[in-house]
Amino acid sequence: MDNFLALFGEYDVLGAFLVNIELTLWSALFSLVLGVVLVMMRISPISSLRAVAGGYVELFKNMPLTIIMVFMVLGAYAQLKLTFSDTFATNFFWLAVTGLSLYTAAFVCEALRSGINTVPLGQAEAARALGLNFMQSAGLIILPQAFRGSVAPLGNTLIALLKNSTVAAAASVSTETSSLMSEMIEFHADAIIEIFLIFAIGYVILIIPIGILTTYLSNKLAVRR
Amino acid sequence: MASTSKKNESSVLFDQPGPKGLRTIRIANIIAAAVFAVVLVLILMRLAAPPDGENQLSWELWKPALEAEAWTDFYLPGLWMTLQASILAVIGAVAFGLVFGIGRLLPNPLLRGVSAVVVEFCRAVPVLLMMIFFWRGFAFLGIGNSSYWAVVLALVLYNGSVVAELVRSGVGNLPSGQREASLALGLTETQSLMQIEVPQAVFAMLPAAVTQLVVVLKDTALGSIIMYTDLLQESRRLGSMYFNILQTLVVAAVIYFVFCWLLSRLAEWLPEKMRQRTAAPTEAEAVAPIAIMDPSNINQIAVAKEVDEKMFTAGAGPRQYHVHHRGSNASIREWRRTRYMQGYDETHPESQVDPQTMEFPELGELFKARPKDGKGSDSGTSGKSAKGE
Amino acid sequence: MKQHIITRALAAACALACAVSLAGCGASEEGKIRIGIKFDQPGLGFKKSGTYVGFDVDVATYIAEELGYTRDEIVWKEAPSAQREAMLQNGDVDMIIATYSITDSRKAVVDFAGPYFVAGQDLLVRDDETEINGPEDLNGKRLCSVTGSTSAVTVKEKFADEVQLMEQPGYAECATALFSGIVDAVTTDDIILAGLASAARGQLKVVGKPFTQEYYGVGIKKGRSDFAAQINDAIEKMIEDGSWERAIEVNTAGTDYSPNPDYNPPTPTEGE
Repeated sequence: MDNFLALFGEYDVLGAFLVNIELTLWSALFSLVLGVVLVMMRISPISSLRAVAGGYVELFKNMPLTIIMVFMVLGAYAQLKLTFSDTFATNFFWLAVTGLSLYTAAFVCEALRSGINTVPLGQAEAARALGLNFMQSAGLIILPQAFRGSVAPLGNTLIALLKNSTVAAAASVSTETSSLMSEMIEFHADAIIEIFLIFAIGYVILIIPIGILTTYLSNKLAVRR
Repeated sequence: MASTSKKNESSVLFDQPGPKGLRTIRIANIIAAAVFAVVLVLILMRLAAPPDGENQLSWELWKPALEAEAWTDFYLPGLWMTLQASILAVIGAVAFGLVFGIGRLLPNPLLRGVSAVVVEFCRAVPVLLMMIFFWRGFAFLGIGNSSYWAVVLALVLYNGSVVAELVRSGVGNLPSGQREASLALGLTETQSLMQIEVPQAVFAMLPAAVTQLVVVLKDTALGSIIMYTDLLQESRRLGSMYFNILQTLVVAAVIYFVFCWLLSRLAEWLPEKMRQRTAAPTEAEAVAPIAIMDPSNINQIAVAKEVDEKMFTAGAGPRQYHVHHRGSNASIREWRRTRYMQGYDETHPESQVDPQTMEFPELGELFKARPKDGKGSDSGTSGKSAKGE
Repeated sequence: MKQHIITRALAAACALACAVSLAGCGASEEGKIRIGIKFDQPGLGFKKSGTYVGFDVDVATYIAEELGYTRDEIVWKEAPSAQREAMLQNGDVDMIIATYSITDSRKAVVDFAGPYFVAGQDLLVRDDETEINGPEDLNGKRLCSVTGSTSAVTVKEKFADEVQLMEQPGYAECATALFSGIVDAVTTDDIILAGLASAARGQLKVVGKPFTQEYYGVGIKKGRSDFAAQINDAIEKMIEDGSWERAIEVNTAGTDYSPNPDYNPPTPTEGE
């Protein structure tokens, strides 16, 4: 027990978790927005939008996140000069958020698509019968119901995102948990199991509430048909 | 109603356009295509003439990334290492998943509890953290090739826990008749599980396991962070010689994409084959997951899956699966209730709990209401618990 | 029936697993010498055209030949920084020549022969750079180093506390960042930087003012002092007959790099 306390005293474990939580929240926000845009494109009448969105989802679903993160630094930042800040730490944080958002948006899109499939055809037909155009029927009728139907897959995507935020290490974010764990093990190789348990249990503690909330919401929000 | 042809696959959301609408769509189409093309060209131009550094599109940089030597010395050995770790990890994950998935279904509460804790723990801890831990730990214990074993073990634990859930949901998705029949034949609960239910669940979960293979393949790239010489690491190395790391990474990314994409297609194709071998629904995606600590959310996803996903219709296409399926298997006690609360099984109205009253319907009433030709889709007549389509 | 299919599938899976796990082991290593080197360090140890090139490789080849092995009898193994001690302790390799600095903490678990080279921490900059002539000039600049290396921290603490640090998994990433202008300098041992500069088509240069000393040794298993003596004799001979200097020249071709003359060539006396 003393060991644990000493480790907590020496290193800012909570700060590292905070970095991961921040990464997760920002990426969740942006990927949700992008995911909604993508799913709208995928169901739109304009075929080039459908093709681009479909290609995007296939590309990012079948690409390792590690490579995306490396491309964010060496491609987007070094070559395309996508710069958020002159301070390295801030800049890499936002590059990591960008990479995570681009990656997760593909999964958000898929989750929403499965949610759209739970909406009965009659809903769309009724919307059309009322004279709503595509944007109206998608935005007012289909998507709100689709969100309710895709709470569970979206929750799973959020959990995956939280875990994936550790891969920000590949985008040079050096203050997050996996980097801190490496550093701690480097200097306290004899306490390796304690160190691992600190971080592992930290993630379990973070993820359980998300799971419970997801379950609660998915049961509460489900459209009973 | 549902089966829309492929041509106007998304037309549920908008009326079949008239001549004016068609023109608008065509114009929007051209504008959208032009916008994307312009963005692409801008990016390429930026790569060709960056403010500092070299023209990233020059053949001088691409040639060393594509020539035969690069393949024989770097990409192919790296790819082999990646595949080696993936294959071993998938085999291990299936073994792990079978053991702990069955463990979570056994009658013995102690074994069930232990399996549940192990599975939930492995599912919650980020793979990268496990990899770093095993890597350092193995090196500390003096195990040679520690990064390889760390990659494999971390992937086995995580993906094994996902497979365990697939086994569990596979068994849960079997029609309850399977279990009832085997119990009636005098098998014990465990025998029924091992000899009747799990073998079928394995076939049901195969497509999802292939999808999981994509996850494994993608996650091996994390190994490059712990210095495992996989495809990503080898392509970085190749890039260190000529400083064309961006180019070599693009090649590696294409290889990863091709492999993952082919596996995804395989996973889509497999369900067709597997359906002949099991009474459970087979699905390409790891559906049941994965909101932790809870089995019941499977229903939400199951409902979402009931429609043909390839058709882009909002709403239900023709049902592909055996109708009375989700979570009806008695061995998964909790699922049963939630399933009955949320869904409705038209073919077996007598086994359905009414969602409002939480009671079984009267039997006599049922027989009266049931249509003669058996396979009735008419559930509304059984009264209180209709599932409106 | 289904049981059978599953049993067969499991058996096939096991067979495959065995095949995969054994595939790592190469051909017989009987009568050969196994040497650990870096595979990813241009100029020191790098895989190229199916063989290995670099200064460490040349030193290793020379030593092996002095010990009575031909080139064909050398088995090259990759020795990543974090695993060098473990590889020696397990007996996976007979010696390690992989930018392996002699330190007291390492000497507690392995033995060293050598040193065969004295490197020093230095800076790599773009060829047209004029402002950076030493670590003191890095205030307000951006510096790249490899994850887990202490060299960047040394610079920040001792010379320039307003430097911005970037960590990358490898030196090639650092050099790419240097090319594209998002960092202004890369820091690590001068011989490694010289190797990078040599591969950089004349667009990068080493500043040439090393500000630390790193004694590169040959790592061997603990308690083999006679083996260390043999290796030291070989290194001495290599320095005397001029192959040592030639090896440095060849592997840093295209740069004006020369090793720090205050310490080089070293006298190999370690471990005897």
